[in-house]
Amino acid sequence: MNHHILSVLVQNRPGVLARVAGLFARRDYNIFSLAVAPAENEGFSRITIVVDVDSAPLEQITKQLFKLIEVVKISELDPLRSVERELLLATVRVSPEQRGQVVELATIFEGKILAVGVEAITISLDGHPDKLDDFEELLAGYGIVELQRTGRVALPKLDKESRLRAVAHKGKAG
Amino acid sequence: MKLTGAQALIKSLEMEGVEVMFGLPGGCILPAYDPLLDSSIRHILVRHEQGAGHMAEGYAHVTGRPGVAMVTSGPAATNMVTPLCDAYMDSIPMVCITGQVSTTAIGTDAFQECDTVGITRSVTKHNELVMTAQNLPMAVRQSFRIATTGRPGPTLIDVPKDVLQNSMEWYWPTDAEVVDSLPGYRPNVKGHPRMIKEAAKLILASERPILYVGGGILKARAADALRELAEMTDIHVVTTLMARGAFPDDHPLCLGMPGMHGNATAITALQRSDLLITLGARFDDRITGKVSTFAPDAKVIHVDIDPAEQGKVRRPDVPIVGDCRLVIEELIRAIRDMEQSGTPRADTGAWKSRISGWREQFPLSYEASEPGEALKPQYCLEQLRDNAPEGTILVSGVGQHQMWSSQYWRFNEPYTWVNSGGLGTMGFSVPAAIGAKVGRPDRTVWAVDGDGCFQMTAQELVTASVERIPIKVAILNNSYLGMVRQWQEMFYDERYSEVYLSPELPDFVKWAEAMGCVGIRVDSPEEVQPAIDKANSIDDRPVVVDFRVDAREKVFPMVPAGMGNDDLILPDSQMPRKGALK
Repeated sequence: MNHHILSVLVQNRPGVLARVAGLFARRDYNIFSLAVAPAENEGFSRITIVVDVDSAPLEQITKQLFKLIEVVKISELDPLRSVERELLLATVRVSPEQRGQVVELATIFEGKILAVGVEAITISLDGHPDKLDDFEELLAGYGIVELQRTGRVALPKLDKESRLRAVAHKGKAG
Repeated sequence: MKLTGAQALIKSLEMEGVEVMFGLPGGCILPAYDPLLDSSIRHILVRHEQGAGHMAEGYAHVTGRPGVAMVTSGPAATNMVTPLCDAYMDSIPMVCITGQVSTTAIGTDAFQECDTVGITRSVTKHNELVMTAQNLPMAVRQSFRIATTGRPGPTLIDVPKDVLQNSMEWYWPTDAEVVDSLPGYRPNVKGHPRMIKEAAKLILASERPILYVGGGILKARAADALRELAEMTDIHVVTTLMARGAFPDDHPLCLGMPGMHGNATAITALQRSDLLITLGARFDDRITGKVSTFAPDAKVIHVDIDPAEQGKVRRPDVPIVGDCRLVIEELIRAIRDMEQSGTPRADTGAWKSRISGWREQFPLSYEASEPGEALKPQYCLEQLRDNAPEGTILVSGVGQHQMWSSQYWRFNEPYTWVNSGGLGTMGFSVPAAIGAKVGRPDRTVWAVDGDGCFQMTAQELVTASVERIPIKVAILNNSYLGMVRQWQEMFYDERYSEVYLSPELPDFVKWAEAMGCVGIRVDSPEEVQPAIDKANSIDDRPVVVDFRVDAREKVFPMVPAGMGNDDLILPDSQMPRKGALK
């Protein structure tokens, strides 16, 4: 998927997520993934929104997002110049004979075995979303009982030319 | 000082300078109505909450101050949705206070509970549910700041009943505290100097410039600055529906309204221009017609305080985010500087003579009625206009009568025209006129309404009578939903579907009288003038004049929906020379 990553710094208050989501829903744009958690400074949260490039003309939505009173800063992260991570939890149906194969797969991908049952096993894996996609595909062969991914979070890479490209930033007053 | 939340709320409104509010009490907002008895704020008791909202809008339109409405929870809050959306679309500063069920009952489907902040989220600039009495003063201050600065708009404060009853220690946040509490709200008012210079360069180089001005001029109190810019550059001005009055209609440079029912000259001047100097306007679909064919040869300078308007419809060559008044003043300076340093001004002579030619050949026109024929609505408006006392404020509903009002009135002063432009809210005019009259009691306020619109909110005339707010209402009564009828005639093969109201019902004169107004019925052209004279002479109660007008009359010119501005339909008498609109 050719995607955009928006990193939106917001005041951490009730209703903010509904406002953000409403702007997308109203225009019938689908959010591919969404991750929200408190940011480094108190009273603020960072929302990481991944949208499909083709489905959403980003400029207008970014401007509309920026109009929200509680939105402080919006950065668009270039996927090529940012680090992206995601966490996956999966419970896979495995017979005792197949268990070894799945554990081996998990080891190759540097995943962790969280729980083992008689006919199932629960694995966690974090990493680049593409890596998670590959892992998920391989697991599918065994029969996935339940799978949950967190949606990606991202930060800009640390080298010089790939700093945050600030789309919009509300500076101090005056 | 200990206060109840209710006392703190009313005191906060007083501190914000609120002199009047429009509302209707009910269960959850009850505590706030008690300290109101001891307050300096005048409260106007409406008959329906929607009326309170439109009154607040009308008040804000003519005074520039935020209109305030206060109602209870549930159905009262949902009745407020239409005025909030109306104010949002037309950028009207308005603060609405709604009651809410007690904090302990929220989310339990309690009596008269609804998710007010959820429902109004997309029709307000900002809204907030206040969960502690201590936060009320800050919430009020934030709401007023957000409603009145940047691009103005409606805000809403939802207050649970127990929050009104609880006690708090009174404090009044400082300006700095309010600004600090809104780290994500920093409206940009000063235009970028480089962009302003770029704009000045384009203006001096343009051979076919037009000032395309919208409601933003009025919000920015920029009418004087606009006039200076227009006169200094000698560039013609078109005023959109929301900007009527922002530039005087009797000024030689004024071309009037463009758009779907604009006049041929204003429409064509935009179409043929090589530079649209867009000030506080937003390329609304009613102005552009089919966007891909709109002003095809024009470069665009776009001045707007809302960054999201830049490039939303038409990609500007020079975007300037800022307050219209400040930007125009800078623009005037920049143009002067460039001229003084020898930058030549392009010759606009040929362009100006083309415009004069269009004006001569394509004036607004309608066929006057022959003796014995039905009364023409345009004639009624001309008579209302010619007999209106100096400074009269005109307030319209939505439909044919609104377009005729905008076309045939002469707006020579800002803030004398109030209408529902963006949302197109039928029923707007009666309550909005009441709000306007409350804001400007020194002015005559005429509401021009249709018979369809009038029946949506007429009950507020009871409010007007009881509160002694003597507005005047002219109903252009054609017994039809006239604009819909016009579309069905023109685009649906005269198949009239559900547009015929009734010539007999209601009896508008009796209805007016029942509401404490003077009612007058006018059937023929000879009765028009005496009825208007009588209406203008009454100042102790509202007056309703029921003008029985020709139902066949249509609004022209017209750019059919979805068509380009070059496809405009002129009155029959002008169609043969349409080719001259080149």
